[in-house]
Amino acid sequence: MVELVPSLLRQELSNLADVDQRIDGRSRWQSRDVKLEVNCLYNGDGSAKVTWGDTIVYAGVKFEVRTPWPDRPNEGSLMCGAELRPIAGRKYEPGPPSPESIELGRVVDRGIRESGCIDLESLCIIPGEKVYGVMIDIHVLSDCGNIFDASALAAIAALRTTIVPASTFDIGDDHPLIVTKAPMMCSFTRVGGRYVLDANEQEELGGNERIHITLGDDGHLHSLQKGLKGVFTPAEFAEILDVAQQRCTELRDMVSAMEAN
Amino acid sequence: MMGGYGDVKLLNDDGTRLDGRAIDEMRPVTAEVGVLPAADGSAMVTHGLNVAVAAVYGPVEAHPRKIQRQDRAVVDVRYNMAPFSTSDRIRPGYNRRSREISKVTAEALESVVLVERFPRAKISVEIEILAAEAGTRCVGITAASLALADAGIPMRDMIVGVASGKVEDTVVLDLDKAEDNYGQADLPVGILPTTGEIAFLQMDGDLSPEEYDTCMEYNFKAAKEIHEVMVDALKAKYDGGA
Repeated sequence: MVELVPSLLRQELSNLADVDQRIDGRSRWQSRDVKLEVNCLYNGDGSAKVTWGDTIVYAGVKFEVRTPWPDRPNEGSLMCGAELRPIAGRKYEPGPPSPESIELGRVVDRGIRESGCIDLESLCIIPGEKVYGVMIDIHVLSDCGNIFDASALAAIAALRTTIVPASTFDIGDDHPLIVTKAPMMCSFTRVGGRYVLDANEQEELGGNERIHITLGDDGHLHSLQKGLKGVFTPAEFAEILDVAQQRCTELRDMVSAMEAN
Repeated sequence: MMGGYGDVKLLNDDGTRLDGRAIDEMRPVTAEVGVLPAADGSAMVTHGLNVAVAAVYGPVEAHPRKIQRQDRAVVDVRYNMAPFSTSDRIRPGYNRRSREISKVTAEALESVVLVERFPRAKISVEIEILAAEAGTRCVGITAASLALADAGIPMRDMIVGVASGKVEDTVVLDLDKAEDNYGQADLPVGILPTTGEIAFLQMDGDLSPEEYDTCMEYNFKAAKEIHEVMVDALKAKYDGGA
């Protein structure tokens, strides 16, 4: 039963790719509409909602005070986790964190961490004794394709509006979290034999492997991930990297424009 | 847990509450249906600072087979608080509280859904609390009812979740966070607004029979108001904007 629909769908997607079309009428490197809201959750120290086509993702930031790792006495910590609960779609089942949700959280985590957008030493309260732990939780409410890009955007947008709740921990006045950069993720899926930007639900169902690229403000690569079965050539990667550079800049401009308001 | 009675002042000298409400005044409620494109039915309800989103999937064949009922559908509810929904982060995953709330919410919804129409089927109801400020189980029930209606699941009636309680020996409608933490009683109920029946009932604290009656009087009054908001939300989607 599971096999039948994808084989028909695959054929349709392949036929469309042959004439350079997509199942929802978009061009190959065209994204769906993206809407971003920040500070939308009352109890989040930072929060964001991303509506990416029909995909809906929330991210919330919370703090804890903890003892630092013994080998990093002057550094706070950052953790990004994702939950793919059954509310997100009929393919998700209840239970302990799935490999898919762990992958999602970790890929977003690496992009943020490796971009260096947060100075972990600025999260130190008393060296060797007390540091802040920053926890970003990603909550997917509606999966209609490309939850990776939506999650990464929600996470960095939430972080960039975060207020450190210092007064809650009796450590002084609340202050904005310093986030110096805006890493952005751009994902590609092989559909009908070629890569497309921002696959929707049908393209993911009838597609093959996917590649996630996170780029920093200066265009440097901060996290890469290939998921699912399939291979790609260096030439294909060079092509999608160019697209990613342009698209990540657009997304970053969108975040800046929102922050300016 | 009703603790700390007497420690915190919860009523102003003029008889109003700390947030300015009268004792029989509810926090504002908003509702919207069809908010999640992936789901068969969905709703978002805000009640004061609480935000609940509910999605319905189904009816589909119930799996595993041991949960199937030969004569009716099972309603499978998962109530979950997002990690960022409270002032202290919640560790993701089930806990005893969310399991209990899920169970009694499922039983309440099974009382209104025409489950005998769908033998061997399962109707999944997912309730996610995105922001919590006292009264989340009630907001969750309200959102779940709307999501079921949005999914086109036949029901005898919707259920409205609402709570009253007692602070400083005074019965008040719709406890906020401080009143919930430091008050003397909390009585959340799920009311069928059309028939006046009750499908959900919990309580903790200390109430005299007379105080119980006052709580229920307030709850029914509020349920009527919330029901109007729910009907308007459905009309906004299905009746060209009421």
